[in-house]
Amino acid sequence: MADVLTIDRAILDAIVAHARRDHPDEACGVVAGPAGSDRPARHIPMDNAARSMTFYEFDSMEQLRVWREMDDRDEEPVVIYHSHTATEAFPSRTDVSFAGEPGAHYLLVSTREPDSEEIRSFRIVDGQVTEEPVEVRDGTIESMELMPHGV
Amino acid sequence: MAIEVRIPTILRSYTGGAKVVEGSGDTLADLLTDLDTRHSGIRGRLVTPEGALHRFVNIYVNDEDVRFLGGLDAKISDGASVTVLPAVAGGAFGFAAAAALLGHNGR
Repeated sequence: MADVLTIDRAILDAIVAHARRDHPDEACGVVAGPAGSDRPARHIPMDNAARSMTFYEFDSMEQLRVWREMDDRDEEPVVIYHSHTATEAFPSRTDVSFAGEPGAHYLLVSTREPDSEEIRSFRIVDGQVTEEPVEVRDGTIESMELMPHGV
Repeated sequence: MAIEVRIPTILRSYTGGAKVVEGSGDTLADLLTDLDTRHSGIRGRLVTPEGALHRFVNIYVNDEDVRFLGGLDAKISDGASVTVLPAVAGGAFGFAAAAALLGHNGR
């Protein structure tokens, strides 16, 4: 498993835009990718059912639908992201307790500064948090059909 | 006869890697007890020592969240399909907020 998150700028920009849009509430979502590829390809913003400034929670029915859709498409959750709106982009104890996808990159975006974002990525496995670098790739735009474009 | 149970990645260590297993029982509680006889330890990841469903998982019976079907008392019929997913939740509340106030980075 790669110890770096490689992600397209267009997807990262969409995640940041989602976090800004929902600020000061926490925003959350998933980036799906082909199973085993470790390549985040399809951005899926999720509702924060908690609608809170300090907590996020996927709506259980929306999650079932999205997880099943990933299954049907032979995808997996490559990135699970959420925002912290008043604190740093580091997993809280709550984040670690809930982290249930050992294969996922947990991406945190802090929107506490109005004109810059802190973006950090972590592996969370068996309660152990390991930070990893985020490598942003330019120039690739994926459509819903996952058509390969030039890198 | 059988109830099909879909197991998330994080719990497949209990099922020998299997994504789908079969079990039986009239209620969710019975089903989890039955699963635990073949996949020892899995029940403890789904049910708290106090006998409630864990906050960290979502369980669905025929695509309905069991929290709305009576939890562990949810009735299950033969041929039903049960899906277990890790609940996805978290947030700044707690550790990070405290660490920020104290000027630590939490590591």
